[in-house]
Amino acid sequence: MAVNPDFQGRVYPPSGPYAVSAADIAAFARAVGSADPVHTDPQAARAAGYPDVIAPPTMAVRYAQQCDRAYVADPEAGIDYSRVVHGEQSFVHHRPITAGDELTGTVTVRSIKTAGGHSMITLVTGLADAAGAQVATCTSTIVVRGGGQ
Amino acid sequence: MTVRTAASVRVGDTFGPITVPVSRQSLVDYAAASGDDNPIHQNEEFARGVGLPDVIAHGMWTMGATGSVLADWVGGSGRILEFGTRFSAMVVVPVDGSAIEVSGTVTSLDEGSGQAVVELTTSAAGAKVLSRCRATVQFG
Repeated sequence: MAVNPDFQGRVYPPSGPYAVSAADIAAFARAVGSADPVHTDPQAARAAGYPDVIAPPTMAVRYAQQCDRAYVADPEAGIDYSRVVHGEQSFVHHRPITAGDELTGTVTVRSIKTAGGHSMITLVTGLADAAGAQVATCTSTIVVRGGGQ
Repeated sequence: MTVRTAASVRVGDTFGPITVPVSRQSLVDYAAASGDDNPIHQNEEFARGVGLPDVIAHGMWTMGATGSVLADWVGGSGRILEFGTRFSAMVVVPVDGSAIEVSGTVTSLDEGSGQAVVELTTSAAGAKVLSRCRATVQFG
């Protein structure tokens, strides 16, 4: 299976909505060792200026990766997921992801490059709230290691 | 948690290294919380079967734990406005656990906005596991 270069530039229709719960935020914060009470205590979150508990910055990946499956699992895209490694990741937060958010994500295949038998694919996933306002932009580069058939 | 003020920070300020332990249970918890249940992060037999030395941590666990150290230093998790990295090496997690070491340096500071760029270094077993790891933060 070879990565299909024709997918560069493709934009997938929005997926979701993904509901963000306080319990999910608390579990993620515990898993990455964040002791900040803004993740678990609504009063502390409000005192810090947020309407409810907020997600750690990298939790956006949980929603972005669900959106990215539209591309990664597309049979025509030619991605052998058993050969995928995560190369790079970045986030731009327009505001923190907050409990009660209903996020939808739009995935753009920004680039597909092949070098040394490996393919590097950069996906840009915009997460928006129920009002349509952008919450976070997640950019992920995955590497599909060569050598497979 | 006390918010660090821009007036108290200078370019060149550093923090760390701070050691964050990682166990097999940490990875089970991260898999459940993130939805990334790839068995290379939980199952030693599977990991070895695909040519890895042992179970390895999710790259995103390492980035997330690094972000938690940074948030603690800045004084608020919602104060990380931008955050990016390359994953340059694996964090191998044997049955008795491992650890990462996180440190940071302020490389630029905009006194008007109170925003700064922090370069982060995260290593495990002497190898740099995140490279070009950089965040823009908002001080108080």
